[in-house]
Amino acid sequence: MDRKRIAEAVERMLQKAVNELPPDSVEALREAEKKEKNPVAKEQLKTILKNIGLAKGKKVPMCQDTGTLTFYVKGKEGLKEAREGIEEGVRKATETVPLRPNSVHPITRKTEGNQPIINFEYADSECMEISVIPKGAGCENMSSLVMLSPSDGTKGIVASVLKVIAEKGRNACPPLVVGIGMGGTSEEAMQLAKKTLLVPLNEKNPDALAESLEKELLKKINELEIGTMGLGGSTTAIAVKIALRPTHTASLPVAINLQCWANRKATVRICGERVELL
Amino acid sequence: MVSALNSYEWNTPIERKKVLELHAGDRVSMTGIIYSMRDQAIRRILREKTFEKAIPKLEDAAIYNCGPLARKKNGNWELISAGPTTSSRMNALMPELIREHHISAIIGKGGMSQEVLDAMKGKAVYLSAVGGSGAVSAQQLKVNDVQWMELGMPEALWTLEAKLFGPLIVSMDAHGNSLYENVQRNVEERLKTLQL
Repeated sequence: MDRKRIAEAVERMLQKAVNELPPDSVEALREAEKKEKNPVAKEQLKTILKNIGLAKGKKVPMCQDTGTLTFYVKGKEGLKEAREGIEEGVRKATETVPLRPNSVHPITRKTEGNQPIINFEYADSECMEISVIPKGAGCENMSSLVMLSPSDGTKGIVASVLKVIAEKGRNACPPLVVGIGMGGTSEEAMQLAKKTLLVPLNEKNPDALAESLEKELLKKINELEIGTMGLGGSTTAIAVKIALRPTHTASLPVAINLQCWANRKATVRICGERVELL
Repeated sequence: MVSALNSYEWNTPIERKKVLELHAGDRVSMTGIIYSMRDQAIRRILREKTFEKAIPKLEDAAIYNCGPLARKKNGNWELISAGPTTSSRMNALMPELIREHHISAIIGKGGMSQEVLDAMKGKAVYLSAVGGSGAVSAQQLKVNDVQWMELGMPEALWTLEAKLFGPLIVSMDAHGNSLYENVQRNVEERLKTLQL
């Protein structure tokens, strides 16, 4: 793997991610705007759609908060090149796209540019696949972990998710995409909840129970009537995506990652000299 | 409570008596100088009280909870994306900013606390911009000046020139009404049933 090639690919994918909302999200927001009856919500959804078009057309970031940049790298070799290439690509994209320098020291609050978070995963492939989720802080700040008791069951899961969204949803820039990580340990559930935001909104969940829970939750979340930007209406979420992992017999971790309407993401595949922006 | 909704075009600074004309649900498009302000800039104003150079007149000013994305081009700042940030982060700071410095309009997203609503009574309005719509907002705003860049691009104090910025939704008025509070009451009722 070539560091320079990775850096160039990362710069390009960041530009695409922050300027162009993926078509599945755009389609879901269009549908929501058509169905919405609340005039305040409808007006705001129209602004959101106009903003999406403007950002794509003018090649500028749709939101000033270009987020914390979380990367997922899949491959079997080239970890060193991937790390260096991503760091270089982020530095360049910060200038060229541009991205807002969002990273600060947690105590002094002094700016540190943009510091990516990089996750590696082994895959038995000659190609390397890199995905990025540039996620704004408004919605990230509203994400939560609930450690339930196994006997709380599905009812407890639904109640917890609804409670988090009822309390915090309006500040996460709804219509939301709700990523839920269920199972594993506390930290694994949180990671799953974010990573599941990469799944296309219209892709069916491979687990039938999770699929039916996604449908139930989406319906109930919208029945809360928090609405677009928290000002009421029938569109609070456009999708719920659940990721499952085996958990301890005494545990039921449920992590809830609230994603704003700007469900930004991009993936690039690098096979030798071939670079493909997916 | 709320009669017919009105749309206004306003120039900054905004006199207090004008603020009283607005009611929750109205729309305002704003023209003139507005100051971007979030956690750090507000804390600095409250702490140091020596901001005259940066803000000649904070009284009757409109502030914007926003951390813009901008780029310096040939010595001038070009605004690229500039939507609102979550206002509730500044809940603890805002009553003092209203009481001590008499700002008359807060532009942001997500609304603010009951304490802020109380502090706004008879004095100030809260206006909602559409979260995430940075590209649209940047078309209605221009950078006039930036101070306190050492706080970082998002937290610096940006003097922005607005041209028909909006339409902004009057979501918390100076009469104690909040659209967010109305929505939240309904959400909590619904939550009880949906959790069963």
